[in-house]
Amino acid sequence: MAETTQGTGGLKYDSSKRSWPNEFNIFIALVIIVAIFELLGQVLPYMNGQSFLFDTNDRFDSIFNEARLQIIILQVAIIGIISLGVTQVIISGGIDLSSGPLVAATAMIVMSFAQTELVNGNPNPKAVFGSWAFDLPVIIPILVGLAFGAFIGAINGMFIAFTRIPPFIATLGMFLICRGIAQWWTRGQPVSFPTESYAGLGAGMMPVVWFVMLAILCHVLLRYTVYGKHTYAIGSNEDAARMSGINVRRHKVMVYMIASMLAAFAAIVLSSKNLTAQSGMGLFYELYAIAMAVIGGVSLTGGRGSIIGTVLGAMVFGVIQSGFTYVKLDAYFQIMAMGAIIIGAVVLDKWRQQRASMRV
Amino acid sequence: MSDIILETRNLTKHYGGVHALQDATFTLRKGEHVAIMGDNGAGKSTFVRQITGVEQPTRGEIHFGGKQVHFAGPLDAREAGIEAVFQTLALADDLDVSDNLFLGREKTKFDWLGPFRFLDYKAMRNDTIAALEKTAVKIPNIRNTIQNMSGGQRQCVAIARTATFHSKLTIMDEPTAALGVQETAQVENIIRTLKEQGEPLILISHNMRQVMDLVDRIVVFRRGRICANLRKEETDGQDVVAYITGAKTQPEYEVAEAL
Repeated sequence: MAETTQGTGGLKYDSSKRSWPNEFNIFIALVIIVAIFELLGQVLPYMNGQSFLFDTNDRFDSIFNEARLQIIILQVAIIGIISLGVTQVIISGGIDLSSGPLVAATAMIVMSFAQTELVNGNPNPKAVFGSWAFDLPVIIPILVGLAFGAFIGAINGMFIAFTRIPPFIATLGMFLICRGIAQWWTRGQPVSFPTESYAGLGAGMMPVVWFVMLAILCHVLLRYTVYGKHTYAIGSNEDAARMSGINVRRHKVMVYMIASMLAAFAAIVLSSKNLTAQSGMGLFYELYAIAMAVIGGVSLTGGRGSIIGTVLGAMVFGVIQSGFTYVKLDAYFQIMAMGAIIIGAVVLDKWRQQRASMRV
Repeated sequence: MSDIILETRNLTKHYGGVHALQDATFTLRKGEHVAIMGDNGAGKSTFVRQITGVEQPTRGEIHFGGKQVHFAGPLDAREAGIEAVFQTLALADDLDVSDNLFLGREKTKFDWLGPFRFLDYKAMRNDTIAALEKTAVKIPNIRNTIQNMSGGQRQCVAIARTATFHSKLTIMDEPTAALGVQETAQVENIIRTLKEQGEPLILISHNMRQVMDLVDRIVVFRRGRICANLRKEETDGQDVVAYITGAKTQPEYEVAEAL
């Protein structure tokens, strides 16, 4: 029952020895972390027996503290969208540091095409362009944003694929360039007052809806298409991929373009949600997006990871962040703790790899 | 002569001033297994790199299946039907067996989706099992990643790759150099299976026993030139070594070495 053989025989396949999917470990980690915060809530003297997960004050219809769950999921949704793209870049053996500043630059540009003419009957005080740019249909800012993302991603990808400079350096340069673009666009002024239809893109729980839809799309891309298979192949063994006839350069450009378009879309959702775009937004987003992927089991050496893992990684990230606030950890310590967690996740990944390579 | 699969005429490769390969004229017939032997740097691998399209020859012609061919890259050669198993295995560790077999030429559905066309996993797995049966390769589970497999199993996967695509010519560069005794036997069995099926093969090997065991003909390279073309029945290990080391050269391959 547990043993099946393929080919013409001899060696047995023991399904009980098959390691369970990595995503399951992350899910267990998520449950454990929630349990720890729940326990801390009961044990710490200053918490007055509040619950992390459950609705103890009868504020909601369900047994869960819906407000907290909503905040957690809303918090991670936008960076989560970026993380979906970063996941693909890392699986292909690269890294993308430019996504945070790209969010800022894209938001500034996109917002300029999404402004209304009149604010409370007065002319828009933050107008960037002339009257032609007011009250455009919502599809125009979306297309401008995606095109800008694709453009930046193509530059990233082409430098990495054709000059063979390390992805770390190429995207670090783009990190500064994008931050510069964001500040230059309006000389540091924020861009505000979007049209109603644009504001609808990120209103309420819309970021979560986008995140879920894009996660499903990316999952299908990575798991069921040629694009996905080649992404894994390149990250796993670039020479083998090349010798197998995969156009590695073209594929890398494509991966970076998709990643940057996802970051650009995150910028659209974020600026819509905030109703404004500022040159300083998206701070640390690139690192948080990488962290979500790494926590979710995406291997920094390439070739391994999944969208399901990244989504779970994003949830872990959100729960930890929310949990720190819940136990009233100082905001400064929160950032430090986040850094420690990222290092921890990479160390864990290293161990997993070593164990896997010894199991020959 | 229609039963000639591969023919090279005066194939020559120079790297700058280094004459790695000089006037290699070589033929391979249908169903024939030929070994290429020679010392390190004798030109064996250079010769193979020209036929498989990894490099382009400085001079000379390659005829494959009766037509002259010019391979711009390894993919061209592969499309023509020449499959090579290299010393450094071209496998992706994190993919499973059937993914590796079909890497770069996946079976797909919804082809109008371009690079985002869907993989036909089921067809690929079925073909993988068929290929493994054809080569008698034993792999515990084709859904396992290559990472956790032994060197022999990996080599078998690499070889099964060639069998999957009805290649017209298989080239193996030191397929057992890094393998243990049992694994070597497994690979040799696959080579025998190919022989029974009438698939032509070029085998590069340093292993005299293996060569004497498996092939019909031995071509010896020395200092970039072919120096002997021996039928297995008419030679023995001592004799081959004499050609490899330069103690002997067949009369028809004598050249003015001073040049």
